[in-house]
Amino acid sequence: MIRLHGVSKRWEPGGPLVVDAIDLAVAEGEWLAVIGASGSGKTTALKMINALVAPTAGIVTVGGRDVTSVSPESLRRSIGTVLQSVGLLPHWTVYDNVAAVPHLLGWAEDRVDARVRALLDDVGLPAETFAERGPADLSGGQRQRVGVARALAAESRILLLDEPFGALDPVTRDQLQGLVRGLHDRLGLTTVMVTHDMAGALRLADRIAVMSAGRVLRIGTPRDLLTDPEHAEVAALLDAPRRHAAVLDGLLR
Amino acid sequence: MSTNLATQLQMLPEALAAHLVISVVSLLLGVAISVPLGLIAVRYRRVRGPLLAVVGLIQTVPGLALLALMVPILVAVGDVLEPLVAVPALGMLPVLIALTLYAMLPVLRNTVAGIEGVDPALIEAAHAIGMTDRQVLRFVQVPLAAPVMLAGVRTAAVWVVGMATLATPVGQTSLGNFIFAGLQTRNVVAVLVGCAGAAGLALWMDAALAVIERAVARRRPAWAVGAGVALALSVAVGVALPRWSAPPSDRPVVVVGSKPFTEQYVLASLIESLLVDHGVAVQRRDSLGSSIALDGLLAGELDVYVDYSGTLWANHLGRTEVASGPVVLEAVCARLRSDGVDCLGPVGFENAYALAVREADAVDHGWSSLEDLSADAAGRAVGADIEFFQRPEWAAVRQAYGLDFARERTFDSTFLYEAASAEEVDAIVAYTSDGRVAAHHLRVLTDPRGALPPYDAVLLLGPDAPSVVATALAPLVGSVDVAAMREANRRVDVDGATPQQAAAWLRTQLSPRTPAP
Repeated sequence: MIRLHGVSKRWEPGGPLVVDAIDLAVAEGEWLAVIGASGSGKTTALKMINALVAPTAGIVTVGGRDVTSVSPESLRRSIGTVLQSVGLLPHWTVYDNVAAVPHLLGWAEDRVDARVRALLDDVGLPAETFAERGPADLSGGQRQRVGVARALAAESRILLLDEPFGALDPVTRDQLQGLVRGLHDRLGLTTVMVTHDMAGALRLADRIAVMSAGRVLRIGTPRDLLTDPEHAEVAALLDAPRRHAAVLDGLLR
Repeated sequence: MSTNLATQLQMLPEALAAHLVISVVSLLLGVAISVPLGLIAVRYRRVRGPLLAVVGLIQTVPGLALLALMVPILVAVGDVLEPLVAVPALGMLPVLIALTLYAMLPVLRNTVAGIEGVDPALIEAAHAIGMTDRQVLRFVQVPLAAPVMLAGVRTAAVWVVGMATLATPVGQTSLGNFIFAGLQTRNVVAVLVGCAGAAGLALWMDAALAVIERAVARRRPAWAVGAGVALALSVAVGVALPRWSAPPSDRPVVVVGSKPFTEQYVLASLIESLLVDHGVAVQRRDSLGSSIALDGLLAGELDVYVDYSGTLWANHLGRTEVASGPVVLEAVCARLRSDGVDCLGPVGFENAYALAVREADAVDHGWSSLEDLSADAAGRAVGADIEFFQRPEWAAVRQAYGLDFARERTFDSTFLYEAASAEEVDAIVAYTSDGRVAAHHLRVLTDPRGALPPYDAVLLLGPDAPSVVATALAPLVGSVDVAAMREANRRVDVDGATPQQAAAWLRTQLSPRTPAP
């Protein structure tokens, strides 16, 4: 569904490679987590999928088509994106934010209305209560839910998540993660999630790619990584969730 | 209510209406130009710096100078476009251009700052959901920048209302009429009426814009529409009012000009009364800048005003040497005739520059001529009106007498005489026809070397003045002597009479000497 072929990125000529000739393939219906420290190039790699960032070298395809062969706007309207900052328009209501992409695509008003109401129900923010609120009237978790609803509004089959759960308290994060994974399964989405939360990645992803200094160090299922991290860096990332699990096991024994 | 206040209030609606119209129209023009320019500046980084620099530079030109500059510029443009379209160099057009230029900076700067101040994360998110650059601008950047942009519009509104008072010297009626004439004729009531009117207008426009600003911030379009309609209605009243109040007339309208000082207001009132008695409708253009009055006359936008031979000799003919009164008058009139302006004739008195000192000092030091003063000038201060020290006459006087004052200070001519009697300065460059020379116990020093040129008051008629004007004003030629003029000026400046009252008195004093051959 999504492929990156030998993709590199440097921000300025002669500058360092922030993404260094990576290859990644995401199958239809798969949830891929891309994990790494800040500056590992994971967010840049994600933004190349919807052409927010143009690669310096290499090819990105979505659904088998080179992303540079379509206009960036129509590409982005077909891909749901939730950025770290969420980026709800503060001068628009919850309803208008969710309806944004269908409106850009020129959907009929009754179709937009049905879609927005259904999605708000899906993310647990019933339209009767929340449709006319402004983003400022919502909690952080509620804002992320609106962001997810907005990303899915135009019936996108692809969901890009950039650290969407980072700023939430653990309980809210857990709820939202479960909600999004449920939507992913129910709607048959292909999801790429950038995160530095290994515990979340282990729980949610079908496969995990670990990035460091612009390169993919290790890619595999959570089980693959746990059984054979291959790199000390990968092992270190797995260390914290392991210790937490061990502590919990110890308490329950 | 005092009659003075009643007289001023009677003139208020027209001035207020004109002031409102020029302010709102130029503000709208300024916004209409600056917002797109701001969008261009945000989009094309390369033009941004130069654009802001140029618009900022306009702002550094003092308001009065910017307005006065528009007149010769428009005269030049008018000369080029003459076969196609008439370009008025006086009145509303130069004012609208200058005020529009003035309104641009705050709007432009706030547009750029507002749009660039939008959170980049929001813009990225808007791009991420598939908005084009244009949609991002329209749906995200402009709405979020709107409060900052509107704050710029409010700043511009207050500036424009304030600067519009300077429209008077270029012949556009505004609340400045009260302020300019009031300052010159010591009519504090008139000044206060003008200031209060301008302040009220600024508050009204600011309040309407504040409502629009709040409406935008809280997304209440109805409020914005309401405030916009209220503003538009007040402008409509402003446009309609003068048309209503002016009686329809098919009589010829003669435009009478005056420069901004008492003698000019008195003479313009006298001219008006003579014309009205001949069945001529008169329109007054008062408080015009010195060179603007002549420009207006040459351009046919004024029909008649009184100027002074020495002023025209230096400024219009560019002559710096001193010559006798008849020589100067003849040269000036010959030149004006070739420009299409008719010298109807001298009014009869001279309003020359002359150095005056306190009578008591003159007695103590034995000063009676400029020669006497030159020996004692070192260490003393001299005051003059705003233009005199720049004029060639000053260089000529200093050279002729070796005058070397320690300090030169400029005053508005209203305060010049007080500056002398209050010992702010030791000598002033006074006007010989001014009633305040005697009232402030000053002595005019003689000019035995003839360094100061003659300043005969002369009636000038514009190229389009109807022939009845010459007939109506004939009694004025050569019939006002300096004593009569000084007394008329004194009645206004010292006794607080209105220029109309002084003109009515002066009319009883007209004494034609030798009838013109």
